[in-house]
Amino acid sequence: MKSKARLMQGNEACVEGAIAAGMRFFAGYPITPSTEIAEFSAEKLPLVGGRFIQMEDEIASMAAIIGASLAGVKSMTATSGPGFSLKQENIGYAALAEVPCVIVDVQRSGPSTGLPTSPAQGDIMQARWGTHGDHPIIALTPSSVRETFDLTIKAFNLSEKYRVPVILLMDEIIGHMRERVELPDISEIEIINRKKPAVSREEYLPYKADDDLIPPMACYGEGYRFHVTGLAHDETGFPTNNPAVADKLYRRIVDKIEFHKDEIVEWEEQNTDDADIIIISVGGVARAADTAMKQLREKGIKVGTYRPITVWPFPDKRLVELADRVKAFVVAEMNLGQMVLEVERIIKDKAKLIKVNKVNGEAIYPEEIMEKIEEVL
Amino acid sequence: MGKYEIRLSGSGGQGLITGGIILAEAAILDGKNAVQTQSYGPEARGGASKAEVIISTDKIDFPKVRDCDIFLSLTQKSFDQYGKNVKENGIIIVDESIDTRNENKVIYSLPIIDTAYNVLGKPMVLNIVALGVIAAITNVVSRNALEEAVLNRVPKGTEELNKKALEMGYSIGKNAIK
Amino acid sequence: MPSEIVNKYFRTNKLPQIWCPGCGHGIITRAITVAIDKLGLDRDKICIVSGIGCSSRAPGYMDFDTLHTTHGRALAFATGIKMANPELKVIVITGDGDATAIGGNHLIHACRRNIDITTIIYNNNIYGMTGGQYSPTTPKFDKGTTVPYGNVDKAFDIPALAIAAGATYVGRSTAYHTQLLISLIENGIKNEGFSLIEAISVCPTYYGRKNKKGSAVEMLEWQKEHAVNIAAASKMTPESLDGKFLIGEFKNSPEPEYTREYQKIIDRLKKE
Repeated sequence: MKSKARLMQGNEACVEGAIAAGMRFFAGYPITPSTEIAEFSAEKLPLVGGRFIQMEDEIASMAAIIGASLAGVKSMTATSGPGFSLKQENIGYAALAEVPCVIVDVQRSGPSTGLPTSPAQGDIMQARWGTHGDHPIIALTPSSVRETFDLTIKAFNLSEKYRVPVILLMDEIIGHMRERVELPDISEIEIINRKKPAVSREEYLPYKADDDLIPPMACYGEGYRFHVTGLAHDETGFPTNNPAVADKLYRRIVDKIEFHKDEIVEWEEQNTDDADIIIISVGGVARAADTAMKQLREKGIKVGTYRPITVWPFPDKRLVELADRVKAFVVAEMNLGQMVLEVERIIKDKAKLIKVNKVNGEAIYPEEIMEKIEEVL
Repeated sequence: MGKYEIRLSGSGGQGLITGGIILAEAAILDGKNAVQTQSYGPEARGGASKAEVIISTDKIDFPKVRDCDIFLSLTQKSFDQYGKNVKENGIIIVDESIDTRNENKVIYSLPIIDTAYNVLGKPMVLNIVALGVIAAITNVVSRNALEEAVLNRVPKGTEELNKKALEMGYSIGKNAIK
Repeated sequence: MPSEIVNKYFRTNKLPQIWCPGCGHGIITRAITVAIDKLGLDRDKICIVSGIGCSSRAPGYMDFDTLHTTHGRALAFATGIKMANPELKVIVITGDGDATAIGGNHLIHACRRNIDITTIIYNNNIYGMTGGQYSPTTPKFDKGTTVPYGNVDKAFDIPALAIAAGATYVGRSTAYHTQLLISLIENGIKNEGFSLIEAISVCPTYYGRKNKKGSAVEMLEWQKEHAVNIAAASKMTPESLDGKFLIGEFKNSPEPEYTREYQKIIDRLKKE
């Protein structure tokens, strides 16, 4: 049998994963370094009966995928930092109206137009707090081409399950990198679809949550004739100014993620058992961290790695445990210190915290992490 | 040796990113791991561009080339910009037009551009000639895998031309190591 | 006592609506339901989408699948709905500020694509929801809270904009000319492509008061006296048209519809 192994780009793996997850609508706007996601979607979607549209701008792309999702079709858009900023108002809409959708942000160097073809991780905080008001969000950070495929599927699954916008937070390194992958058989992939109402139109309350804090979701055209708004609303879905009802709504949509955090969070750790120092990093930087760890171990320095796969919600419980027994954490990121703020909040002063930051448009090299570790030892 | 770090450099439009992809695909056909990355400016044509490939029998962590085992350069600008960080025993392959400035390493200065432009008369196969040269000198990928990878990537109707380009690259490379 | 049409098509438990006494929006909203009723459409296959503003509150009162979106973006949301399920009849309700200022880009591109969406722009020449700021359709020299000394901007001619951008059905009526309005909406929905109907409303609270236009009744009377149907206008002298505005069907020339054209690609790929 011929091997299924092939060379694949991260951005292409994202589209393969999305289609495997059931994406049948993509709306986007060209922006480096995410453009290949739009291009592959345009090529592949009509082949499976899906539809692609290049909208007039980033705002419209985000709006279109929310509309399509309400009509019952799994939808995605992809962008980079500047476009991600433009999408933020409607991402908030999706969070409040609880519309499943996936937003890919292939991070590039910024702010503003920055260095469009160069990698960065400057949107860690934008992914969490980019839209206004308190809102739920999930953000996933792949660090290989194969993981981009897997996490795109996971993004759709989480989005459908929790009725929440999910950000696939890539970076230029992973998006543009090509590497050897073997994709799984479609039959081996777990697909989650949104919970549908079990009641008739007359009894259906679109925003009445079950015990899991998630309301079942009808879609347009099914005869439920329901209303969706970005205004604060009651269980019927209609606007309200009642402070108690608004308070309950805002708390529920945030709590529904908090409540399921243990099921949602994912991370990978290596050699943490005996580690004196643990490198924390995501995406493309995690690849440098792996090399740094291996080379330092060869020198007898006990280094481990901790890689959040869900950067939001941040996998904090395990980090607290690790903080009790390591001497130091090294947080390496292609920004001037964003994820480190979350780490600092979690570990308090239980362990020393060392920062490795780079914003010049180049990847963080293993040597830069190694030097910093050797410096503090 | 288990791991090769390869940098292909030149100017935008010379097909080096495609060249890097083909090299990585050939390595996969050989049953190895491969990662290809690139760096480019805003220009679609011109400027200095590089494609990097790491080929290994093991898992590849850091995907960017740090110290080259193999460095190809087709323009002076790219040689000057990307020619640093070649390993002590690394192999440098340059077009004969490049002034290598007394670089104290093994250097193969070969008529790569001339072969594509004048002998074959087809500038678009420059990258394929270069791949042939690299494979002949370094054996980083097998000849069969490289040919298969080339034929998988090139436009329909250009197969014979590309096979010929690969062959000429091979013989230039073989002659150089004689 | 709500009329039969109100009982049939409105979420009567959500009434009365929030609009001011004398506002023209209720008349226009009712006209939409009358047009739907006349066409005998399956109401479960109709989706009504709006943006933000006074007009955009309308869908909340209408008993269909309804979506109240973000400011200016109704057409972009609606495009997603139509692409996801081309079987749905998608109607967009929007205002002059929503559609032609913040949403202007979406408007021209929806026209250009000729996607099957019927858009009704409730034009009250003002931002009512935020308290009377001037909009892209506020006439020159008129006043609003942000043009206290008179407006120096030139107003948009919405039908001309839509025609230039490629909409295949374009018309204009007023809150006074309800029968014409109903028939334009009917024809707009029937047109398989992008249809735009400008419905000139009245805002006695902000636009009317700021500009001394009198009561709601007087404003409607002004519409009656100054509107000229485009069919009649062609036979009138330029002098007699001075100070008047045109209403009626401005364009009705069907072209291939966007989602159908896309479907052809899907079908062709299936065969290959």
